[in-house]
Amino acid sequence: MKISSEEVAKVARLSRLDLTQEKTEQYAAQLGDILGYMDKLAELDTTDVEPLYTPVGQVSVMRDDVVKKDYAREDILKNAPETDGAFFIVPRIV
Amino acid sequence: MSEISTLSLSEVRARLADKSVSATEATESALARITATEPKVRALLSVQADEARALAKSLDAAGPDPAKPLWGVPLVIKDVLAVKDAPTTCASKMLENFRPVYDATAVAKLKAAGAVLLGKANMDEFAMGSTTENSAYFATKNPWDLSRVPGGSSGGSAASVAACQAYGALGTDTGGSIRLPASFCGIVGLKPTYGRVSRFGMVAFGSSLDQIGPMTRTAEDAARILQVIAGPDGRDSTSVDAPVPDYVGALAERGDLKGLTIGLPAEYWDEGLSPEVAEACSAAVKKAEELGATTKRVNLKLSQYAIAVYYIIATAEASSNLARFDGVRYGYRAKNVESLMDMYVRSRTEGFGDEVQRRIILGTYVLSSGYYDAYYRKAAQVRRLIRQDFEAALSECDVLLGAVCPTTAFKVGAMTSDPLQMYLMDIFTISTNLAGLPGMSLPVGLGRESGMPVGLQITGRAFDEARMLQLAAVLEKNVPATGRPLV
Repeated sequence: MKISSEEVAKVARLSRLDLTQEKTEQYAAQLGDILGYMDKLAELDTTDVEPLYTPVGQVSVMRDDVVKKDYAREDILKNAPETDGAFFIVPRIV
Repeated sequence: MSEISTLSLSEVRARLADKSVSATEATESALARITATEPKVRALLSVQADEARALAKSLDAAGPDPAKPLWGVPLVIKDVLAVKDAPTTCASKMLENFRPVYDATAVAKLKAAGAVLLGKANMDEFAMGSTTENSAYFATKNPWDLSRVPGGSSGGSAASVAACQAYGALGTDTGGSIRLPASFCGIVGLKPTYGRVSRFGMVAFGSSLDQIGPMTRTAEDAARILQVIAGPDGRDSTSVDAPVPDYVGALAERGDLKGLTIGLPAEYWDEGLSPEVAEACSAAVKKAEELGATTKRVNLKLSQYAIAVYYIIATAEASSNLARFDGVRYGYRAKNVESLMDMYVRSRTEGFGDEVQRRIILGTYVLSSGYYDAYYRKAAQVRRLIRQDFEAALSECDVLLGAVCPTTAFKVGAMTSDPLQMYLMDIFTISTNLAGLPGMSLPVGLGRESGMPVGLQITGRAFDEARMLQLAAVLEKNVPATGRPLV
């Protein structure tokens, strides 16, 4: 399986990563090897096999919708790169 | 090395309970051991010595509490698990200054059980790797031979416990990250059934694969930690509300292996094992037969597809999970950014290491339009077939035995250039995560050639950890002693 540098660059953009040209080419070669290895799955006939996305059978465990205050605002904001004491601050959007 | 620090968790626990050892003595001897060995082993990213000493002092003031099963026992925690107010970096620059405002559920349960947490253990960045060389801070060394890797990704936890810095550790296992380092460092590592232990407060890698489990020097020690951390949790909807058996009590019920049927998967035994690993593991199986177990050959025909399935599903889930690191609410933010997009891109590019970026890109690729069906959906279909393979084998056997890894611990730097070669080291461990089954590494002696520990892998039925622990506890008394590293 060949994967081009352009494809890697496109996926990197989708992933919000900025790769150097050198790294793009290195990843293209490595991902080509890895995807080539993965192509062996095509040998298996999986017609009508239900995909298994999680090993546990239970889905959507329900609980009562009650408001709980677990953490204080100032504690949560302590880990933020930039705040005004009440909100997270990000670069100007509009 | 002080005599106290080389005791097993179960032994020190008994001495703490009868007050022949105080919590302060246990904590001080562990901290002294950390001071003596850390310059060489480098297992820990941070040590909370003041907090540990203060807690030990208050425990001693109150006196032993029989209701707290780990009263006064010093432990370390893999740095992927949230410990309130302590650094929780995932060995990544992305979380260098992150201090959680809450405890992971497993950590909270250890604290409630009276454990003294000493520090946070090194790991491959975001648990992505098999050698603990992928830490953004430093590589951990194998205490048996400092020129070799400890395995990964829970390599700091394994090296710390092997070097007697602590009586046990929590690790996490997405594709073998508890079992591989346990095998390489000569300790016991147990990955519980998916759903057995709450994942709340574990920084997610592959959410359908991740489990938290104990890493200890004996099987009984592992049972004692699992006893505390197992059980349902309202904060993790995938934790299963199944009764938690008396794991420790179950150990007393078995002195031999009569009536136990052990499956030996042909795909795990017939090729690929290094001679010393095959020799030590075969000797352990023979010993199990002498102790009354019946063995039979079984097949896991889809094993050859497991690595491909795993690295599609794990990277797909990782690319989604790691999208949360955007420089807004916590974690690294690049300096002097010009726009919101610039902030996202530069924070992630500067904050994530090489292997993490490679896996995010691979995961994004297999989920992208046009490739989703060929890779992600296909992998999920084969995943079901792999689980059916295991269910068939385990319908005629109680447990399966094989090696944890084809080799013993290899040299530092041997696997760093070729990611695919590194992924292939996980060949025996990853199927267990795909199937959601419990897996365990038990030391069964030293390899004849390398002199390094060999780990035997025990795979069990879902929620059948008690039987695996029984087998491990009987077998560990009857295989050649692995001993302790001289670091």
